Order: sequence, then C-alpha cells, then structure tokens
Amino acid sequence: MTVTADTPQQIAADEPTASRRFLDRVLKLRALAVLAVLLVMLAATQIYNSEFLSQQGVKDLLLNATILVLVAVGQAMVVITRNVDLSVGSVLGISAFAAGTYLHGGGNPLLAVLIAVGLGVLFGLLNGLLVSLGQVPALVVTLGTLYIIRGIDSIWVGSRQITANDLPASFVDFGHDGLSVIPYLALLTLAVLVAAGYYLRSYRGGRDLYALGSSPEAARLAGVPVRKRILTAYVVCGALAGLAGALYLARFGNVDSGTGNGYELTVVSAVVVGGVAFTGGSGTVYGAALGALLLTSINSVLPSIGVSSVWVLAIDGVLLLLAIAVDRIVALRVAGVLRKRAAQMRSAHHA
Amino acid sequence: MTHPEPETTPVLALEGVSKSFGAVRALRGVSLRLHAGEAHALAGENGAGKSTLIKTLAGVHRPDTGTVLLDGRPVEFHGPGDARDAGVAVIYQEPTLFPDLSVAENIFVGRQPRRSLGRVDHKAVREAAAELFRRLGVDLDPEQPARGLSIADQQLVEIAKALSFDARVLIMDEPTAALTGSEVARLFGVVKSLREQGAAVLFISHRLEEIFALCQRVTTLRDGAWIASEPLDGLTEDDLVRRMVGRDLDELYPKQDAEIGEVALSVRRLTREGVFTDVSFEVRRGEIVGLAGLVGAGRSEVARAVFGVDRRDAGEVVVDGKPLRGGAPSLAMAAGIALVPEDRRAQGLVMDMSIERNIGLTGFAATTKGGLMSRGAERSRALDWAVRLQVKYARLADVVGTLSGGNQQKVVLAKWLATAPGVLIVDEPTRGIDVGTKAEVHRLLSRLASEGVAVLMISSDLPEILGMADRVLVMHEGRLTAEIPRSEATEESVMAAATGRVRRAA
Repeated sequence: MTVTADTPQQIAADEPTASRRFLDRVLKLRALAVLAVLLVMLAATQIYNSEFLSQQGVKDLLLNATILVLVAVGQAMVVITRNVDLSVGSVLGISAFAAGTYLHGGGNPLLAVLIAVGLGVLFGLLNGLLVSLGQVPALVVTLGTLYIIRGIDSIWVGSRQITANDLPASFVDFGHDGLSVIPYLALLTLAVLVAAGYYLRSYRGGRDLYALGSSPEAARLAGVPVRKRILTAYVVCGALAGLAGALYLARFGNVDSGTGNGYELTVVSAVVVGGVAFTGGSGTVYGAALGALLLTSINSVLPSIGVSSVWVLAIDGVLLLLAIAVDRIVALRVAGVLRKRAAQMRSAHHA
Repeated sequence: MTHPEPETTPVLALEGVSKSFGAVRALRGVSLRLHAGEAHALAGENGAGKSTLIKTLAGVHRPDTGTVLLDGRPVEFHGPGDARDAGVAVIYQEPTLFPDLSVAENIFVGRQPRRSLGRVDHKAVREAAAELFRRLGVDLDPEQPARGLSIADQQLVEIAKALSFDARVLIMDEPTAALTGSEVARLFGVVKSLREQGAAVLFISHRLEEIFALCQRVTTLRDGAWIASEPLDGLTEDDLVRRMVGRDLDELYPKQDAEIGEVALSVRRLTREGVFTDVSFEVRRGEIVGLAGLVGAGRSEVARAVFGVDRRDAGEVVVDGKPLRGGAPSLAMAAGIALVPEDRRAQGLVMDMSIERNIGLTGFAATTKGGLMSRGAERSRALDWAVRLQVKYARLADVVGTLSGGNQQKVVLAKWLATAPGVLIVDEPTRGIDVGTKAEVHRLLSRLASEGVAVLMISSDLPEILGMADRVLVMHEGRLTAEIPRSEATEESVMAAATGRVRRAA
C-alpha cells in the first residue's frame, strides 16, 4: 500500500513539526490511496477493454456513483459523530415512491424533489430525536426505523410500481442528460459534496461533529450542544437520502416497494472504505465519496472485463476488510512515530 | 486577620446547596463564596464532595436544594455551556480531550475565532493556541493531535483551554497532579496574574503546601458537609488535615523493617526503542524499591514492558530465577507479577462494572470449576479483599464508577492482591487520593513487603518515595541515572538525578 511508503526513520529525522506533517500526509494519503486504487482499476480495465472509458462509459460511471455518493456524504456526517443511520435505504425507497406518485399525478418536478427531501428531513428528525434523546445506540434505533419505514412503504405501495412512462419527460431527461460527459446529477452531487466538506471543515457546527465523535464526554463538558449537533447530522443524512430517492427516480424511472432494500450496507461500506472511522471523530466526506465511487465502479468494471457480476459482493467485502486493515496498520504506525518523535523532542529539548 | 472576608458581592457563590445521587448524599447544605481577586482553596478527603461541588459550579450538576449565585443573583446553569458563557472556566482532574482533534482545536472547540460568513479561522486558532503555550512556557505543537499526549501534556492543554477565555472564575481540580515542579511554578505564576487582574480562583489539591502557596482562603468539606471557611493565614497544615479528616493522622510513611530475601524480580538491559534504554535493576523479597523521576522519564513504560503490556525491543526479565517472555501480561500474572497501573479509571478498572466483578477479573482461574464460573466464589473472594482493604461501599454490586477515587484505588489494589503476587508493581499508588487513604495504602504496602512481597513503587511524590523505599532508582529521559540507598536518599539527591544533573550509571 502506498500509505506506508514513508519510513518512520526518515520522518523522525525532520524538523519538530514532522509528526504533524506525517499525520497530515497519512490522512490525505488515506483518501489518495482509494483514489489510486480507483484510477489503477479504471486504467487496467480500459487497457483490457478500450470501449470502457468511452463517452457513454464515463457518463455511466458517474451516473452510477452519484446516488451512492450522495447518501454516503450524509452517512459520513453521522458516522463522524460516532453514530450510524441504517434507515437510509428505506428513506430512499419511500421518498422515491412519494416523488413518483406525485409526478404521476402531473406534479411539478422541482416540487417532487422537494417532497422527497422533505420526507427525508422528517425521517432524519425522527432518527435524530430517538438517538439524541433516547440515549439508545444508534445501530439499534435506526435498525428499528429501517424496518418501520420499509413497513410503511410496503403497506402504502403494495404491488404498485412507478415506471418512466408515469414521469414527465423533463424529469427523466434531467436524470440522463448533462454537460457533455458530466451528468447533471453528478454536478448536483458534487455541489452537495463540496458544501458538506466545507461545512465540516470550516464551521463550528462541523468541527463540533468531529469533537462529538472523538469524545462525547469531553464534548458535553466543553459545552458543545450535543443533541442539536446529532440532530443536525441525522437531518442532513435523511435529507440527502430523500434527495437521493428523487434522483434514483429520475435516473432509473422505476420504483417499487423494494427500492433501496439493503442499500444501507452498501453505503456504510463506502463510508468505511473511504476512511471515515466507525469509532467517530475522523475521516472526510471526500473520502466517503471516493469510497462510493470505488464501489460503484467495480460494478461497471467487472462486466467490462468479462467477469460475472456475482463476484461484486465478494469483492466489496474484501475491499472493506482491506480498508479496515490498512487503517489499523496506519494507526499503529502513526502511534509509533508519535512515540519516537516525542522521545526525540524531549531529549532535544533537554539537551 | 490579614484577609478578612471581603465586603464585596461574591462573583460566584453557592448557598445551602445539597445534591444526592440515589442514596448517596454528596453535598449537604454547602455554602461557598468566591470573590474577585481571591484564590480560594477547597480542601477535603476523597469522597468529601469536592468534585460534586465543582460540577455544580460548572453547570454539569444542578443542585437539589439551595442556589447558585452569580454576582449575587440566583442563576440556573442548564449545562456546561451556560457556565462557560457566564465566565466560569474549569480544569477537571481527569483531562477530557478530543484525541482526533489537534491540540489547538481542543482548546477552542465551540469558540473558534471566526472570519467572514461565520467560517472558522483556522490560522487564528493555531496562533492563539501557540500564544497560550508561550504564555504558559510549554513546548507543545498546536497542530499535533491530542492522541498520544502524556497526561502532563494533556493537563497543560486543559490549562491552556481554561486560560483561553478571559475567565472571571477559574476552577482547578487537581491541576498539578501530573506536572513537574517548573510547570507547577509556571502555572502558579499565570494564575497569580489572573487573580491580580480580578479573577476569582477555586483551587483543589492534595498537596497542602500548594494550597498554602497559592491561596488566601480555604473551605473544608467532610463527608459532603461544610466544615469551615477561613483565611489560610494563621492556619497550619496540621490544622487543615485535622479539619479534613476530623482526627489526627498517624505517621504518614510507616515503612516497617522487613527481612530482605532473595531476588524476586530481575530486569536486565531492558530497552524499548524511543521510550527507555538499557534499564537494569533488581527487586528482592521484602524490599520496597522506589522508582523516581520526572513525569515522562519512562518509569510507567518500564513497568508496562516488564508486565508485558508493551513489547520490549531488547533485554530480559527474570522472575524468581525463571526468564519471563515479553508481550504477554497473562504470562507475567502466571509468574506472580501484579501491576497496579497509573491511571485507575482507564487502565485499572472497568468503570461500568461492579466492585465484585472488577476484583473477580484477575481470579477466573480461582473461581472456575469444570469450565463454569462460580458467582459465589467470585463474591466471597471479592468480599474478602474488599473487607481486608476497608473499601467503603454500600453493596458489592455497586458500580465502581460511583466510588470516590481513594476507594477506587483500593478496589484496584484488591483486584491485584487477590492474585497473591510475589512481585507487586504499583504506579503512582496514591495519586489523587486523600491523606487518610494514602496512609492506609502506605501501611498496606509496608505490610506486604514484610510478608515477603517484592514491591516496585513508581511515584512522583518525593516524600512518599523517601519515606517508603528501601532503595530509590531514578530515571531521567528513558535511562536509569541513579540508585540511591535509603540512608543517602534525600530530596536533593533524587531530584539531581531526576533532572539529569548527575549522570551516575546504575
């Protein structure tokens, strides 16, 4: 792995801020490693099958990734606070169907998107309240809401389904077209990604999410409005799952009661592969987005090189374990470097 | 008296405050007045209610009865944020940092300087943190992550955090426990200037000489009740101790003479890269060997490596003549070593588990028959030791997190003594515990030695080392710099070796 390419000895020989720069580098490298794997994989596939990165090929890659990226960004914000939202698949499914039903009745596409987002906000609020007030582990709470929302969805939708024929042409076109090879959906997702990344990095609210995930007790003592922040993370996560539902509808034009089933696990995998620690407090939405891009690209790569897509799940699983293993190794390495660094600083200081 | 109670309205005060947790009455009708420009000490044994009082002032707890007064007007703090906004800064006994965030961010969390559009000004955060460290005279990189900082450095970050907003009230709960002498002096300098600028200070320390050095007035608590508030002028340390414990103390450091037997623990050329180098020593049966040195000299790390918590890069450990393989605490336990770690909350106890379960953790072999654990055996083993060490508790099933620090320490000791160790390593056995319990711990260590246990005692408390140890080993920057017999050990000789002024090979 490129992550461990620097030897601690070299680093330790640098100036006093070397440990910091090393850490920075490692954290950046963590995302860069995912990017490198992705690029190598795409390049190799292209060499094998020159059709792969055709204009349509690139567009498909981006389109496939957008929805997962969107949900992964929201999920990352929740995971950074040391929580998780397993209900995103259910929320995506029910918002997609709600938007579809509304459009089927001849509604305005923009309003349809707002309905989907609004529904997501509502469910995010529910999750956030249950987690922050109930003091119950998020895993259990959102597993509950996963089933509840899916249940409501099943009762409401029954055996009905929405198809592209039920939708206005402008909405379906929005799901397919773009600026040259870049689909509108990808642009929208990119905008959301950058906004979320900027918020997390440069606003007190965003920094609080990291603090909260790093040490909930310290956050409470430091006067961080814990409940409000957790609620915010869940609302954003729900809203993005709702938005993803609307985009899903635009992209595939086909929604039934099973839409988004099992999606939560793909999302969580993407987030973890992208370097957002499940123990909270570290990782970025950019990493999560790259993780999502990597996972969805594998889906496209396998058919292009003639491998059956039944391998996708197994490969996703291997990637997940690999990502966690790399994180662990890097963490141990960093601890070692900090230790030696501290010892050297101390002796230098007293010399 | 030179310091009569000022006539002015106290900045922050408690009037008749009571607070109970379940059946435990942590505070009973306590009053306290903090005046601007005055440093006020809070004295009391562990479990006297000091921490509860501080958390009430800090907005963490709300009083059951009584009021908190800010500038003479009753206020209700709904959380630590409210107290902070009112200008109350608190340095807690246990540092509470965010390991993933940088040191600078830790200091300014929730209060970062902002630029346009409400964006955090990362550069200003960094510079303000660097400026605070300059003021405190410490060498910390603001951008380094808090993960991996020593306890002393963590404490310094906490202090910087408290100083970072111009607090009207500065509350310090044992801020000096992990600091070196020069750091303490520097801290006191900063506190003094804050006080002269009109801040009110509330200071807690188990080191009485610090109370006398820093404060003008003292309030004493005992078992949750208010005992006295008075000027420190005219008081002696003995007076203060008498108020705290309600009786005169026996001699503090009662090391009995014990018969020194054969070598029980022999450490040869032990090295852990970057942490300590070439450390060799022996501990004999019946002997208490003190391991002194400044915080960060590598003493705890040596203990961890001997016990197998950390791996060793070179050297060997021999217990009762048999070599001990490294990196495995279970082997060390089987060989008869016990390690009472430095940080009882994080390393010594499982805070959410009961007293009996905590003590039972070291005794699965003894309490298991045919693959099944006997709860009864676990209970009686725990009861036996809890009684022997006079742990104060309501029921053995109580969660250890609810006990006072001194009683927690006794539970850790009970947990390890129950394994009947031949070699006992204790790391800061009396840090943050009250005088009464401290004396009990000292008596216990002395009795163990006289029963033939080899004791290695790491301590930053010099009088403790000098009073208890038969021999004093001193470490400086990862190396053993001196071995001083009891007869020659003085504060000067130990400190000289600990600060590296004497380079004498052990």
